[in-house]
Amino acid sequence: MSALFDYHALAPELILAFTVMAVLAVDLMPVPKYYAAVTGLVGLFASIIPLLTLALCSELSFCSDNGARLLFGDSYVVDTFSLVLKGLFLVSAFISLLLAVGYVESDRYYQGEYYFLLLASVFGAVVMASSRDLISIFVGLELVSGPAFLLAGWRKGDARSNEAALKFFIVGVLSAAILLFGMSLIYGVTGELTFSGIRAATVGGELPAVFTLGVLFVLMGFAFKVSAVPFHFWTPDTYEGAPTPVTAYLSVGSKAAGFVGLLVICYSAFANMRDIWGPALWIIAVASMTLGNLIAVRQTNVIRLLGYSSIAQGGFMLAPFAVASMVEGVELEGALFATVTYLLFYAFMNLGAFGVVMAGMSKVKSAELSSWSGMAQYAPGLSMLVVIFFFALAGVPPLAGWFAKLVMFQAIISGAPNVWAVLLGVIAAVNAVVAFFYYAKVVKTVWMDSVPVEIPAAELGGSGLNPALALALGITAIATIVTGLFPGVLSFFGEATRTFASGF
Amino acid sequence: MSVTPGWYMILAAVLFAIGASGILLRRNALVMFMSIELMLNAVNLTFVAAGRQLGTLEGQVSVVFVMVVAAAEVVVGLAIIVAVFRKRATASVDELSELRG
Repeated sequence: MSALFDYHALAPELILAFTVMAVLAVDLMPVPKYYAAVTGLVGLFASIIPLLTLALCSELSFCSDNGARLLFGDSYVVDTFSLVLKGLFLVSAFISLLLAVGYVESDRYYQGEYYFLLLASVFGAVVMASSRDLISIFVGLELVSGPAFLLAGWRKGDARSNEAALKFFIVGVLSAAILLFGMSLIYGVTGELTFSGIRAATVGGELPAVFTLGVLFVLMGFAFKVSAVPFHFWTPDTYEGAPTPVTAYLSVGSKAAGFVGLLVICYSAFANMRDIWGPALWIIAVASMTLGNLIAVRQTNVIRLLGYSSIAQGGFMLAPFAVASMVEGVELEGALFATVTYLLFYAFMNLGAFGVVMAGMSKVKSAELSSWSGMAQYAPGLSMLVVIFFFALAGVPPLAGWFAKLVMFQAIISGAPNVWAVLLGVIAAVNAVVAFFYYAKVVKTVWMDSVPVEIPAAELGGSGLNPALALALGITAIATIVTGLFPGVLSFFGEATRTFASGF
Repeated sequence: MSVTPGWYMILAAVLFAIGASGILLRRNALVMFMSIELMLNAVNLTFVAAGRQLGTLEGQVSVVFVMVVAAAEVVVGLAIIVAVFRKRATASVDELSELRG
């Protein structure tokens, strides 16, 4: 890159950073508080525009296309991979913000700060997608987590919210410390901080055992972030105690940020270390999907159920990593493609599922599954959405989830002659069936059971949906159905990231 | 006998282990938090020692970033601990057991 500062490449981040500050400024002005949310939504929309101009650079007259843009001494790279994931973060932030508006307004806590913290966290995620060195990815990750800790404890008069925040904080900071220790060991062995440098330094030669330890520590740090078993124990408690829109963001935005970190660091910095992280992530993937699903089966609270379901879904996303050590070339690209595509599909389904939970809670004032029974009798539209999102998460065609599962299984099977890949495929298949059981249990409770007698009939079906929540549900429902029927709409973006595995 | 950067790395590993055992063994949120700070400072020591050994500047640059992030985390963490303390008048994590299942 030339000596000039590449403003075009950084435009999404710059717009988002200004939006974060503008939200804080609008909050101070004597205008209705929802203006802050509107500012945030406009800012998110505005920062998607430069993503499009960067992606279509070769087609545009004012833009000189030179492929991946390297900034700040190779430690910040804007390529197709990072553009796709930035798009994912911005769109899921847009939906998370829509989910939050009604909830935040109906509560008596600070509103402007909520939007500020949410956008700051998203800003961190966007930075992570482009980070290509240990320090910038760490700072990005902490920018994702820091505001998220505060968001989890946003209802500060509520003991449950406090508990959720404290558990999340202790585990989050502990994982950061472990991650950093791994990074310091890697730096000590290779003398490099940039991923390209580490990759170059690890070609061929024998590396000391302490380097392996560093790699494992880094994986452990990210495993906490993506709440993979055995580093998952904070997840259900934090999900249940935190405000529901925050939980929706944590299970999609914050989790996706962890996965992006893992993808970038595994496929670029540790590209020559696939023999270390492949088997390690095999174990974590199998443990996550199995334990997550088995515990989810016996949950009676819908939010906890979704918490364990997100652990299990994380296991499915980790599965393609596990075969990466067994395959080469196109199939290695396929493994990366499978994880990215799964993330893209999962974001819409899971945000929608949490939207449904919020709408359901506004009707029956409870997230206990027993109080949801018979909802179809007084809220048929909402119950239809329950069917759409929970069956999509289960992977029932023609809803979005089936394609995500399909590409995951394709990636696993590509390692087929290897007995470990076959075993992983079998375990994942069994888990997909177990998962169907508890998603279907929610649908069955809503449609087939009778309305609990203790709920007075007058309270039911009265209040209409908040318009922002309705819009969020509409977007996610349409996305879930359309991408289920035409998966190419989303998998196109996954395809665009393929070359990241083999390239640079 | 001179003290080489290797010894500092061993010291850092010991500090990290002390911090990690503090997290596992102590039950007061503040003490757990201090243990995490100890772990972060062990990381800093490793970075500086490695930078010294390699003769490059990146190690010391990293430490500045880690310190800034750690300071930001202190702010967030103390805010959360104060919120918990106001509500329950205890900082013991064992009594935070409302959410389970």
